[in-house]
Amino acid sequence: MDHISPVLWQFLVKWMTHFALFPPEASTIAPQSDALYFFMVLVSLVGLVIVVLLVVSFSILYSKERHPNAVQIEGSTVLEATWTIIPLGLFLIMFVWGALLYFRIYTPPANAMNIYVVGKQWMWKAEHPGGQHEINSLHVPTGQPIQLTIISQDVFHSFSIPAFRVKREAIPGRYSSVWFEATTPGTYHLFCTQYCGTNHSAMIGDVVVMAPDDFKKWLQGSTSGNSLAQDGERLFASLSCNACHNTRPDARGPSLANVYNSRLSLSSGQTVTADDAYLRDAILNPSQHTTQGYAPIMPTYQGQISEEGVISLVEYIKNLNSDYRVQQTLNTTDLLPESEGGKATPAAKAPAAQKGVNP
Amino acid sequence: MSTIINLPDQSTARIPKMNFLTKENGLLSWLLTGDHKRIATLYLISITFFFFIGGALAGLIRLELLTPQSDLMAADTYNKVFTMHGVIMVFFFLVPSVPATIGNFVIPLMVGARDLALPKVNLLSWYLYVIAGCMAIYTMAAGGVDTGWTFTTPLSTHYLNTHVISTGLAIFVAGFSSIFTGLNFIVTIHKMRAPGMTWFRLPLFVWSNYAASLLMVLGTPVLAITLVLIVLERTVGIGVFDPAKGGDPLLFQHLFWFYSHPAVYIMILPGMGVISEVISTFSRKRVFGYTAVAFSSVAIAVFAFFVWAHHMFIMGISNYSALVFSLLTMLVAVPSAIKIFNWTFTLYKGSVTFETPMLYAFGFMGLFTIGGMTGVFLGATGTDIHLTETYFIVAHFHFVMVGGMLMAFLSGIHFWWPKWTGRMYPEKISQLAALITFIGFNFTFFPQFILGTLGMPRRYAAYPPEFQSLNVFSSAGATILGVGYLLPILYLTWSLKYGEIAGENPWQATGLEWMTQSPPLTENFPEIPIMDHEAYDYEWLERQKQKEVASVG
Repeated sequence: MDHISPVLWQFLVKWMTHFALFPPEASTIAPQSDALYFFMVLVSLVGLVIVVLLVVSFSILYSKERHPNAVQIEGSTVLEATWTIIPLGLFLIMFVWGALLYFRIYTPPANAMNIYVVGKQWMWKAEHPGGQHEINSLHVPTGQPIQLTIISQDVFHSFSIPAFRVKREAIPGRYSSVWFEATTPGTYHLFCTQYCGTNHSAMIGDVVVMAPDDFKKWLQGSTSGNSLAQDGERLFASLSCNACHNTRPDARGPSLANVYNSRLSLSSGQTVTADDAYLRDAILNPSQHTTQGYAPIMPTYQGQISEEGVISLVEYIKNLNSDYRVQQTLNTTDLLPESEGGKATPAAKAPAAQKGVNP
Repeated sequence: MSTIINLPDQSTARIPKMNFLTKENGLLSWLLTGDHKRIATLYLISITFFFFIGGALAGLIRLELLTPQSDLMAADTYNKVFTMHGVIMVFFFLVPSVPATIGNFVIPLMVGARDLALPKVNLLSWYLYVIAGCMAIYTMAAGGVDTGWTFTTPLSTHYLNTHVISTGLAIFVAGFSSIFTGLNFIVTIHKMRAPGMTWFRLPLFVWSNYAASLLMVLGTPVLAITLVLIVLERTVGIGVFDPAKGGDPLLFQHLFWFYSHPAVYIMILPGMGVISEVISTFSRKRVFGYTAVAFSSVAIAVFAFFVWAHHMFIMGISNYSALVFSLLTMLVAVPSAIKIFNWTFTLYKGSVTFETPMLYAFGFMGLFTIGGMTGVFLGATGTDIHLTETYFIVAHFHFVMVGGMLMAFLSGIHFWWPKWTGRMYPEKISQLAALITFIGFNFTFFPQFILGTLGMPRRYAAYPPEFQSLNVFSSAGATILGVGYLLPILYLTWSLKYGEIAGENPWQATGLEWMTQSPPLTENFPEIPIMDHEAYDYEWLERQKQKEVASVG
């Protein structure tokens, strides 16, 4: 290749060897998604080949030289029915197959480990239940279903991990969720795929998939000292939530123990399930979410707590039904340095902990 | 290679002295005209102007994406460039392309009318288009806008300080131009058909424009009010889309796609009409299954209104509504498949020739098949999760819009050029241009399917380095495509003076527009024709010719 300039040659070699053609399959859902993808590719190819073959062969067979006089044909019901019904059938297969996949991707299994993700211009913040915070990266173990609960603090973003074939919009003011189970350790791309302003293309990061043992080590090495629920407990106290939600017989607010995933009757007459989204709404917009039998006296916390704060509170309330959590919360609150967060005073903390003990 | 071109003897032939181009002279005679053919010409010039602005912006995008870093432009500039590319191409080129130019020119001729039903409304529609276009250019000159052509809230309402309002108003005004065109077509097709021109004798071009007009008239007002809400949200903060005020940011996307999905069919249906005319003419055969093709246009128009949420499968709409919209999306794909096969079988036992419009039509069929099938990838909910918001979707809609619609537009321009100007375009070089366009197109957009599958997000000014090779392919293809689009401008302009005299019916086509002089008189026909044969009746045409020979002889 001496007639090609060496610089150009090097350049060509370099980028031809970095030639990605298909993304890695690193989650349990990826091979399933790819199976449908390749089925569609196959159908498209067959369809395209049929159309091209027909056009080319008719063009040759019935070109004006060979076939100077056209034969007028009105149409053919049989043929037209054929090319209506066969594509329709194929499209319906794709529809059903796609729908099965869609429901699988957006229905997290019950044993999934929950990680919260907050999107903001222009970064991703991930919060593990143990209190590990990451920015523009996400560490996950293999072999464990992970549920992401995603929310945006400003505009629409979209959390996309191509190697896992999953993606979910981060919506301002509303939780959305997606789950996956990683299979292959490695580092994969994390993209924001919804255009979100100036630095949209910089809102990227790495998903680091680790073997379970390595992940445990990472968790231990990256902890900030507090779990999310502990942070939540502090907030619960510092915002004086426990002034009303205190489980006393004359309490002005309902007890929050075991409230997560329970059916609630609201004073509006509706019955709702208290899931993450409900808990969030009830904190930020309480007048719309008054439990039956209680006066609508709770003030709104809109604008007073960050999305991360709300997540901590939600995580705290979610865990109020577990003895294990309660004990752990008790133990660590006693050990924690008082100054952290600056707001929580020991006096305020005590009733909160007490409340945890007596659900 | 044989051809059906049948030109008058060039030594004696003249362009008719009296025609719509020569009837009156002077700028005012154009600016105040009510003649649908002159307005179509005005539209043709203006949309070509915007096409080249949009095309230049596309060139800048491809140039920036040659390298992984954002080095040619800052990210902000890149965002403005792709936003303006989208806005201009969608609202100022694709939506008006075939209807307002070719449709405006040939629909009255095809139905055997002297003009559209509402000539002044037609002129008003062009003025609105020009005003809107000026507003868009003002926006660009004043610093641009970086919302993306989809104006997603709350980004567009609360987080950007660029010229969102002037862009929104520009599209609002352009929307009225499109509503007026649609309205005019509907009234004309209902009320102005020549005697004997029954609905099922109408050329399929008229059917498909009729279907597109319904979409324009019913869909565009929704877009208009959505944009007004954006403007109000920005100026007075009414909070319809603002979650902090109890609004719903997703509501915007429902409203926006309620128009913008049907808009896709506003763009492609008239193009399908062109393909029906061209394929029939150059195979000398009636379109296979005329009724099925006619009704599939209407079916597409009807279904088009019920699939909008397939743009939002990952956006947190309920899983069950995603199911419904996915199913309906699959149903809307069927009429398109029907059309493709009907066109293919129109060739069967025909007598096929390969003039430029036919080459573009073949290009359309191949690219539209790919574009349509990849649409099914996105319509199936499961695969949509991985592929949406990536370059896969960019490739998909460029296959449909550029590979489909632009090919159809060029096919139509070449097909009706002799009628429009009275002169032929140069055949050889235009066949070459069609081929270059086809090759350049595939080079540009096919790699983007692979990029999308790899996960490269759209609207990225910078991207991970392993995506570079495919982006280089794409950018290289874009330069070829650019040549393919410049050539027609050059030789079509050349042909205005030097092209061969076309005569009344160079293609031996059957539509009523070919039964009058080229270019037509201002009043189209010396007397209103009487339609006494079916559409695409080539045997009738033969008999006519023999009769003429007999009577002259």
